[in-house]
Amino acid sequence: MTKCWRKPLDTAVTEAPRGKIHIIKERCKGCSFCVEFCPKKVLELSSHYNAKGYNLPEVKNPEACIACDLCTIICPDFAIYCEVEKKKPTTGKKLKQTKKNVRS
Amino acid sequence: MTEEQIALNHPMDAYLREDRIPHIWCSGCGLGTCLNTFLHALVKSKIDMKKTSIVSGIGCTGRVAGYVKLDSFHTTHGRPIPFATGLKLANPKLKVIVFSGDGDLISIGGNHFIHAARRNVDLTVICVNNFTYGMTGGQGGPTTPITARSATTPFGNFEFPFNLAYLAAGSGAVYVARWTMLDVRRLENSILHALNKKGFTFVEIISPCPTLYGRMNKLGNGLKMIKDYQKNTIINHKVDLKDAALGMDGKIVVGNFVDIQRPTFTEVLYDHIAKPQPNKKEDIPKEERKKIEHHA
Ligand code: SF4
Ligand code: SF4
Ligand code: SF4
Repeated sequence: MTKCWRKPLDTAVTEAPRGKIHIIKERCKGCSFCVEFCPKKVLELSSHYNAKGYNLPEVKNPEACIACDLCTIICPDFAIYCEVEKKKPTTGKKLKQTKKNVRS
Repeated sequence: MTEEQIALNHPMDAYLREDRIPHIWCSGCGLGTCLNTFLHALVKSKIDMKKTSIVSGIGCTGRVAGYVKLDSFHTTHGRPIPFATGLKLANPKLKVIVFSGDGDLISIGGNHFIHAARRNVDLTVICVNNFTYGMTGGQGGPTTPITARSATTPFGNFEFPFNLAYLAAGSGAVYVARWTMLDVRRLENSILHALNKKGFTFVEIISPCPTLYGRMNKLGNGLKMIKDYQKNTIINHKVDLKDAALGMDGKIVVGNFVDIQRPTFTEVLYDHIAKPQPNKKEDIPKEERKKIEHHA
């Protein structure tokens, strides 16, 4: 599924953006859409419950998040969102462009 | 931790009536995703939110009007389109969006739907199709596929359902697209396109109702239902729409099916009004006048 046709030519000079995941626990209804469809398998269903008894997701693998925002948009309950981590651009222009392309 | 919890702010919170969130939709229901995707598209479209209005009818999907922080109207069952048409005609500068379900727009409001498409009223209609009446208890409707069980068809549905995309295209919609709620990015782009296009634009979203339709047909929970979408979806923008009907087991054909241009209802109406009308007696040709007087 995740196989690429070819290695992108600019992998050496670009860096994928990183994201920080926030979960608004009291809104979550434990549907696990976010867990299932995250392309980087960042999330997992935890053994914690919120006040309404829904099984909450948790961040298992924070380094892997590429700030694709899929969890933000797929969550039916507006309970999870990704914040792009602001890092110093280490590789100048190219990095900035990539960030822009991904987010817009 | 509590401090962090209080500070959390979802990026879409600015467009939601937060006091009403969490919403009433069931766990695993696709409606929240439909609303989330729609809001993402609306924000991207950069439409002036002060000149945007959302109209919904009755039903689970009809709750959308109550959750968005825009001028919104929760109308009577089946009537969001007439309401929206009035809104648009009274103030053509408004961007009017109809967001409702299949039971509302297509069964009870079916006539309004085809006539608004025929007239090409400048509306964006988003119809969430979950194949059933959710709020009232899972009755069968005009979109329930053949053989599907529902509260009113416990031994399987035997009526032929509507193919909404075909219906909309046949009635004259200038833009017709269909996606499942799982295709968030493609759906977002389609809604964005529909919002920016003049005329009657129609986006159908296939969405799971695990609580009723899913349970009665043993389709599993919401996650299982959307994983089935993932398996069964075929993207075909050029499909002949009469072959894109939705059945119980068949494939779900999705895509941006129709994208044409046609003068809108507002344009032809204002054109017509601007023309000199023979409304004074003297303006009407003599013979015509005789006929009218004869009838009167
Ligand atoms: S998608 Fe949203 S509601 Fe569903 S489990 Fe994830 S955070 Fe909770
Ligand atoms: S932003 Fe993308 S990669 Fe990060 S957790 Fe969400 S879905 Fe996974
Ligand atoms: S009844 Fe069905 S459509 Fe209504 S909120 Fe529940 S799952 Fe969604």
